[in-house]
Amino acid sequence: MKSSVITFPGSNCDRDMDVALKKFGFKNKMVWHNDSEIPKSDLVVLPGGFSYGDYLRCGSMASKSKIMKSVINFANSGGMLMGICNGFQILVETGLVPGVLLRNKYLEFICKNVFVKINNKKNTYFKNINNKVFELHIAHNEGNYFCTKDQLKEIENNEQIAIKYCDKNGKIEEEFNPNGSIKNIAGIFNKEKNVLGMMPHPERMIDSSLSGEDGSLFFNNLINNLK
Amino acid sequence: MVNEQIAIDHGLKKEEYEKICELLKRTPNITELGIFSAMWNEHCSYKSSRLHLKKLPTKGKQVIQGPGENAGVVDIGDNDAIVFKIESHNHPSFIEPYQGAATGVGGIMRDVFTMGARPIANLNSIHFGSPQHKKTKNLLRGVVHGIGGYGNCMGVPTIAGQTNFDSSYNGNILVNAMTLGLVKKDKIFYSKAAGLNKPVIYVGSKTGRDGIHGASMASASFDEKIEEKKPTVQVGDPFTEKLLLEACLELMAGDSIIAIQDMGAAGLTSSSIEMASKGNLGIEINLNKVPCRESKMTPYEIMLSESQERMLIVLENGKEEHAKKIFDKWNLDFAVIGKTTKSKKIELYFNDKQVANIPVNTLVENSPMYDRKWKKAKLPKKNKIKKEDLKNLKIIDVLKKILSNPNVCSKEWIWQQYDHTVMGDTIQKPGGDSGVVRVHGTNKAVAASVDSSAVYCWAHPLTGGKQVVCESFRNLISVGAKPIAITNCLNFGSPENEENMGEFVECVQGIGEAAEYLKFPVVSGNVSFYNQTKEEGIKPTPSIGGVGLIKDYEKMITMDFKGVNNIVLIIGKTEGHIDQSLFARNILDKKNGPPPEINLFNEKNNGETLLKLIDKNYVKSAHDVSLGGLITALSKMCIKGKKGLTLKKPSYLTNQFEYFFSEDQGRYIIEIENKNLKNVIEILDKNSVHYDEIGIVNEKKLIIDDKSKVSIDDLIKTNNYWLNNYMSK
Repeated sequence: MKSSVITFPGSNCDRDMDVALKKFGFKNKMVWHNDSEIPKSDLVVLPGGFSYGDYLRCGSMASKSKIMKSVINFANSGGMLMGICNGFQILVETGLVPGVLLRNKYLEFICKNVFVKINNKKNTYFKNINNKVFELHIAHNEGNYFCTKDQLKEIENNEQIAIKYCDKNGKIEEEFNPNGSIKNIAGIFNKEKNVLGMMPHPERMIDSSLSGEDGSLFFNNLINNLK
Repeated sequence: MVNEQIAIDHGLKKEEYEKICELLKRTPNITELGIFSAMWNEHCSYKSSRLHLKKLPTKGKQVIQGPGENAGVVDIGDNDAIVFKIESHNHPSFIEPYQGAATGVGGIMRDVFTMGARPIANLNSIHFGSPQHKKTKNLLRGVVHGIGGYGNCMGVPTIAGQTNFDSSYNGNILVNAMTLGLVKKDKIFYSKAAGLNKPVIYVGSKTGRDGIHGASMASASFDEKIEEKKPTVQVGDPFTEKLLLEACLELMAGDSIIAIQDMGAAGLTSSSIEMASKGNLGIEINLNKVPCRESKMTPYEIMLSESQERMLIVLENGKEEHAKKIFDKWNLDFAVIGKTTKSKKIELYFNDKQVANIPVNTLVENSPMYDRKWKKAKLPKKNKIKKEDLKNLKIIDVLKKILSNPNVCSKEWIWQQYDHTVMGDTIQKPGGDSGVVRVHGTNKAVAASVDSSAVYCWAHPLTGGKQVVCESFRNLISVGAKPIAITNCLNFGSPENEENMGEFVECVQGIGEAAEYLKFPVVSGNVSFYNQTKEEGIKPTPSIGGVGLIKDYEKMITMDFKGVNNIVLIIGKTEGHIDQSLFARNILDKKNGPPPEINLFNEKNNGETLLKLIDKNYVKSAHDVSLGGLITALSKMCIKGKKGLTLKKPSYLTNQFEYFFSEDQGRYIIEIENKNLKNVIEILDKNSVHYDEIGIVNEKKLIIDDKSKVSIDDLIKTNNYWLNNYMSK
């Protein structure tokens, strides 16, 4: 399986993602934001970080980067595109997934482990996964997902909500919501479910010495589903 | 026209101005005066401290580079080396907490990647005034946001730190930032220029009017007009620094660079002069070529600006195009601004006119050095604790008070705002004895901690200086790391005050003695004097950043209790020294008396023996005993492991308060499995290490005796309460 990770100026989880993808069997290529074409890929990842310093608005400038035309075409033709953290912020700025990401409710950067419940398994990202609940890691200042009532209705009807913040038993309550996201949303799909944006970093949970190993489950499952 | 008064306004002394005129054999012009004032201030010249710093042990088997470069470098085997340093950003952080702290973090990371190393971990030691002081909360919030704002954006994990509150910092907070970087031993870059007519390159951000005289501001005490100094605080841009990091490392992969130096304190002035001085060369700069952010900047402003995220590089001839391509790729400014010369002078040109011409040695070797007067501190007399002082105290109540003390309570509110997991190698997060990161792609890991014990240093500077080094040593050993070397950030009051100077001299002596004995050399550091407002100075606060190596990261130790029925031992003898303990100061309200004694033999022997036990996989968890004494340390192990402990009745020291709250040094708590007890004891005995068997791990209660018990949930709540509550109000 071939993957590509886009590096924008200010990306800082690009290497971590590269390490993770390779660990689980992807042949990964790093792609520079100023290139015009992404290489042939089964998966494209927009990594975390602070693209363009998060100036103007998180993800907004990166969404207009030269490479993004090719990335958007790839997604629109059904390619698997995943945005993690800042990558998710870039995705909402491109309009590939609905909604916006506001500053965290308590106006502070949060770095910690959280639990998320998988809301929809009928897609290539989560199909065949046994766990209902994942322990993943978040590290962000702007992860407070928001959308209009109409949009919310639409994404709920289309089953576009991918994961929600919860407790370790999968209970979804406001107290387990780290950033104030509407409906505890931690990640969403586009209508077609080939584009996934999420705040948690699975690439930081890929061996037992780190914060946990649930990231390994995610990547293993993903590459198997892609095969 | 420059005169004595203008020189004095630049922070120079009358005699210093006279010396400048004598060295130049003429009156300096204003640009030259600015350069002298920047190079000769305390912050850059170390004029009051140099004499004493020379006494510190700086060499060792693993030391590749000691003090004098941008950072220290130690060998960790397999052609890998760790570059590290701690630096203060105290004065600016008090004036403008967010930017002051942020640029402190940015500055120290630049020091590390200037040497070719990719930063892999950040740490910090921050000290604030009394929580009740009206400025404290906003300063704390601003500093934490600033540290996070910069480090998070750079994508470097903040893995450990220390936060303290004491009213002596009411008017002068401390912000000390430390960075570790990883480099290949044969790809280390230095600041020594070499060769004639080599191009001098300016890269990074443009030069603005921010931070002019920042280093001079940091070399003076504060008064009520301090707010006026805001323009001397630099403004950080972590995004540009991230680009600068990547661009520099890309250029460093080749062989284009002869010397490289970041523009930190005193900006273009100190960077160009340092490179020339180390290379015994001259440098000629055309200031019209310097990329400026604002129009009509004068030579004086260009030379003294402390705009951030800038580097000066001496390149090999013919490599300009190659280098420019890399900096263009990263959208950074790149300009050839001058060349190396044989004149051994700094020659500056602006609009085709020479605007400065100063022999380099007058700025460096001939800079003032003072043997300041200092007063030796006496060892205070011990207090006698009377029975009636303890009469109404209940041990659990006291414990809870201590666990919720601002200096002991959980600092999660702080470190949750720092990205501590980016780079995917953090295997011990903040909140442990040391932070630990793996050396990417290897079995090795590097541990680091930062410590200070201002109360001990204040009570007796010599003992306090030793103690901080020992504590750093212990914090590394507690996670299973072999201590390698330290970096020190020496925060003191005015060197012109005999008592403050005495504190400095004796703390440095203590640091030196301990570092020498423990073979734990000082490889980098910085001095911050004038941490005082009017006549009021801070408690002497040397911060020690320690670095150690874990050869097999699978053997790393954490402090959380692991298994019910495991046996808990204390290594090192409990003598019952109460003076200067948190218990004496905060519960009994006794603030005098000597700090606990340091026995360097025991420190070394106990620590090294524990490493042997760890190496044999006997140790399930370990934690050193420090602030708050034995019971506080045990409680933290319970809290982290969400497990309880049943304590035995102490076999000696019948006074429970002395037993549990004394802060005797050289002690560790370890948890071992019953089956290993015999072997562990054998090793301890063989190495003549004192130990006591003190308890057994249980499910969920701390049980001291029949009358004194508390649930771990209760302790967790108590420990988490104070800071969250304080910051949410």
